Amino acid sequence: MSDEKRAKKKLSRRKFLVRGGLGTLGVLAVGTYLFRNPIRRSLADFANTVETPYLGDTKTPSIWFEVLNDNSVILYSPKVEMGQGTFTGLAQIAADELEIDIDQIKVVNSPSISGNMDDFGTGGSTSISSLWQPLRELAATTREMIKNEAAKKLGVEVATLSVANGIISSDGKTMSYAEVVDGVKEWKVPKTPALREIKSYKFVGKPIPRVDLKAKVFGEHIFGMDASMPDMLFGAVVRPSEIGAIFEDADIAEAEKMPGVIKVVKEKDFVGVVANSRMEAENAKHAIKTTWKTDKVWQTKDIEDMIKVGQGTPITIQKEGNAKSILEDDQDKITAEYHSPLGAHAQLEPNGAVAYVEEDKATVMISTQVVKITRDEIAKRIGVSKDKVNVIPTFLGGGFGRRLHTPNGIQAAVLSKAVGKPVKCFLDRKEEFQHDTFRPPTHHVLKAKLRENGMIEAIEHNVSSGDVAFGSPLLPGIAPALMGADLGAWRGGMINYSAIPNYRAVSWRVKLPFATSWWRSLGLLANTFAIESFMDELAEKAGKDPVQYRLDQIGDDERGFRLKEVIKAAAEKAGYKDKAENGRAMGFACSVDVNTPCAQVVEVSIENEKIKVHKVTCAMDPGLVVNPDQVRAQCEGAIIMGMSASMYERMYVEDGQLRPIIYGPYRMALMRHAPKEIDVVLLQNSETPGGVGEPPLGPIGAAVANAVYRLTGQRLRSMPLEAS
Amino acid sequence: MKISFHINNQPQTITIEDQNTPLLWVVRDLLDLKGTKFGCGKAACGACTLHVEGQAVRSCSFPVHLVEGKKVTTIEGLGTPEDPHPVQQAWIEEIVPQCGYCQPGFMMATAALLEEIPNPTDDDIDNNIINVCRCATYYRMRKAIHRAASIKNDSTTNSVNS
Ligand code: FES
Ligand code: FES
Repeated sequence: MSDEKRAKKKLSRRKFLVRGGLGTLGVLAVGTYLFRNPIRRSLADFANTVETPYLGDTKTPSIWFEVLNDNSVILYSPKVEMGQGTFTGLAQIAADELEIDIDQIKVVNSPSISGNMDDFGTGGSTSISSLWQPLRELAATTREMIKNEAAKKLGVEVATLSVANGIISSDGKTMSYAEVVDGVKEWKVPKTPALREIKSYKFVGKPIPRVDLKAKVFGEHIFGMDASMPDMLFGAVVRPSEIGAIFEDADIAEAEKMPGVIKVVKEKDFVGVVANSRMEAENAKHAIKTTWKTDKVWQTKDIEDMIKVGQGTPITIQKEGNAKSILEDDQDKITAEYHSPLGAHAQLEPNGAVAYVEEDKATVMISTQVVKITRDEIAKRIGVSKDKVNVIPTFLGGGFGRRLHTPNGIQAAVLSKAVGKPVKCFLDRKEEFQHDTFRPPTHHVLKAKLRENGMIEAIEHNVSSGDVAFGSPLLPGIAPALMGADLGAWRGGMINYSAIPNYRAVSWRVKLPFATSWWRSLGLLANTFAIESFMDELAEKAGKDPVQYRLDQIGDDERGFRLKEVIKAAAEKAGYKDKAENGRAMGFACSVDVNTPCAQVVEVSIENEKIKVHKVTCAMDPGLVVNPDQVRAQCEGAIIMGMSASMYERMYVEDGQLRPIIYGPYRMALMRHAPKEIDVVLLQNSETPGGVGEPPLGPIGAAVANAVYRLTGQRLRSMPLEAS
Repeated sequence: MKISFHINNQPQTITIEDQNTPLLWVVRDLLDLKGTKFGCGKAACGACTLHVEGQAVRSCSFPVHLVEGKKVTTIEGLGTPEDPHPVQQAWIEEIVPQCGYCQPGFMMATAALLEEIPNPTDDDIDNNIINVCRCATYYRMRKAIHRAASIKNDSTTNSVNS
């Protein structure tokens, strides 16, 4: 990160507010967070795959830390935990600057009422990278405040104090943070102190076990699905099975007479029911006769016809040299087309919420990646002011982008308002599959011209995709005007081979008749599949080793250097060979996402006519690694999830309905598909932490396809990849 | 109707209108044992796996009346932080969970498997552990299952392929 950027990241705090009393210290960050234009800044960051900044409100005070009587500290996290290990990383970072033990810190979700929210939400592999600087500054400031107060209480100079494990000592006298904090009503906020040297950190950089491990191994009630409130009733909402169906009317007479039913609630846009138990609510829901208006009965063919390069609106997203004219003139250019299918999130925990709407306030417990948007939407719908709606985020049973869109929160609130009691409701699995915000299908056309020596003279990538970031609540409606192309759809779609003299990437935007949005890594998986398969084809044409062929065409800038390092590390660790041996072959691919380069080598065979992945070697450089164990865990998970998406999963459309509607028919990677060996090599060629959760999903699809080619000579250009 | 059974070693009698209510909802909503999860409601994901008489059962598709007079164990009854079941111990040592939602179902399925096959091979694991984990923690799960077997058999863990 440049110094200028670092300076921008610095939170300047002129004033702090403190919630005092009973051993509770809330440090509240106030200040200006310097952006000329936050929206443009965040988009540009994405665009250039540089860090996304922390986008929380830094003008209004909000709670970050609380010191409890037992000398432990609560960290209120503006980022939710959806499995990516963020709570653990944040605990490590905060504990090191607070100078407390890792066991003394507890990370909890920040409820919206505390004001500590991040406008960006949780996603895009940004949780650790965006909070790295602000959180350390907040924690260090808190530590200094406590030290200053301790000096007063102990009657000594601050300089004489030493701190360890939340105990301050000077001259044989000691005081715990809890004792210092006790009774303090007014806090003085110092200038942001110097941060500790990274080398001196005790927890950052270490494989600390996940802080939520016990809760998750002993079945604690931590998820949105587990939330409850006293006197809670159960709700169910009727949802259409057909694409594009609009609610017209409902005959509720029969449902109203069903056992246990409290009320059938008919709104302008949906109908739902509230009952004493879940079963009664479900049964009554099925007794409601709903009429829907649908304009068209969609089929898979209709969708396939829409997703075609050459249709919709093209935007050039990358251009160097004259790729376009060179390729237009070249009669012998090499061309190949690739496809990726419609994919579902299929996260295990269905979307739901528990809501309690009272006279002039509301409380909603929900699995959400966008606390603020969830709150604002609910407030608007039920007519309660935003600051009176408390959205309490829970642990997420999987996120992957699925919880960036939370109408389920609104529906629970509407039902609660109608009966004046807390109501819990959630989607069933069929509804999850049919009302997902899908990963859009894609079509890619790649073209290249090779020189005499086999090196690439010009290359072009055209991608057609349904919307990803467009239409997402995370991006304001002006995003298209600002950026032109859908930065989600073309994530991973640019050419990383910067030593090629002429290259160009073009994104074609298509609006599909159902919601498509962010799915872990966005366009990265599909775009990398296309580009990296094509690179392998070109290496073959050129008669070169595919790894060396890539290395030779990457530039020498910092990004190129880091990419080359991971390529070399993966190839070396795996002992990459481009020839099949003993019925097995290796495949190689690489990508760069959110400034994190990643390279993978897979080893496959064909067993019972199916592709079997035996081993994956993954080299990744996410910059400074806060928790090597959790970075490895993200690589392992992303690799198998990426295999699942590349080799098995596919949604289709039949007679107006999205299908399949259940696990099983929606084929996913299971235990038996997981490679027995995953070897992760971590490089750290950057001083700050970069993204981790998504980048390792990039190369896997292409690496598998490339391996299959080297084994069978069959080039697979459509996912899901199937050997025939 | 009234249904009596043992849950996590405690006798329990419930009164329920619909005897075909899935056991899952009785356990979660009536008995407030929410460690057992709902994933699909159609016996397709395994998130709701618990034990009935030591057998792994997908409780979303198991009518409550079938547990009359039987012993039911949920993740809450498998072990405690003070006294973890070998499977839980192995899960902690391998740091398996990511989002964690599927994990109780996997641990219950594994605990039942180890009763049947104390030293499962990789093939035994592939054929018997067929739950869905969207975070795809399978790689560590496999290691944890082998480790659990060895903890349970009270042998050294050195031979575990890790
Ligand atoms: S919820 Fe029972 S198997 Fe999915
Ligand atoms: S840990 Fe998230 S579904 Fe398995």
